[in-house]
Amino acid sequence: MNMRIPILKLHDCLLISIQWELDDQTALQFQEDLLHKIHETSARGVVIDFTSIDFIDSFIAKVLGDVISMSKLMGAKVVITGIQPAVAITLIELGIRLEEVMTALDLEKGLEKLQRELGD
Amino acid sequence: MMDSSVKIINEWDIVAARQLGRNVAKELGFGTVDQARITTAISELARNIYLYAGQGEITIEKVENGAKKGMTIVSRDEGPGIPDLRKVMEDGFSTSGGLGAGLPGVKRLMDEFSIESTPGEGTLIQSVKWLR
Repeated sequence: MNMRIPILKLHDCLLISIQWELDDQTALQFQEDLLHKIHETSARGVVIDFTSIDFIDSFIAKVLGDVISMSKLMGAKVVITGIQPAVAITLIELGIRLEEVMTALDLEKGLEKLQRELGD
Repeated sequence: MMDSSVKIINEWDIVAARQLGRNVAKELGFGTVDQARITTAISELARNIYLYAGQGEITIEKVENGAKKGMTIVSRDEGPGIPDLRKVMEDGFSTSGGLGAGLPGVKRLMDEFSIESTPGEGTLIQSVKWLR
């Protein structure tokens, strides 16, 4: 039942599209997989797309916030994209603020933002 | 009215509980934002059971009050209980080291919220979301 989230490499960036509801184990496995992949590929940027996700609870938000800080420690910048209106509303009502996190409306804008940040 | 319950024993039960909640919310005609609120609230309540009580139960009920229709989420456990209810209802208070936005978040996501807890006996949380 434990599924791995695919991590794709595009030049010096990693692309992840979360396609199904995350359970705790999958989220924690993803955290580890992403850090190993950054190490393996020397990626400088990461885009995580949430277009298909219809809710994020405090656990997933914590794992996400942590993996962004961990990636930063390893020298990679992370942009999250595709947060749906319902997800943005519930996260704030829940009291979760991901304020230091770079965001963009969709994958395309996320990649553009990352390219600018990385100075390419 | 049909009630449905999910026993919360392990992490997978948290997923099962929120999937049940989301399906009932859809059936009742809640919009996508309220569906997300309900799913998130259930996830938080189920996780609290898993983390603090070890096991318990989430029950989803459809409710009608005159012309109003909605759904109730009941979270019941026989865990250690909460000694200071006022404190757990304060934003930012969490005993599990930052895991879980806690009960104030759930209260904001739902329309009605009540909690009873007896140390040594357990906790009962009832919350309602009304269809607008």
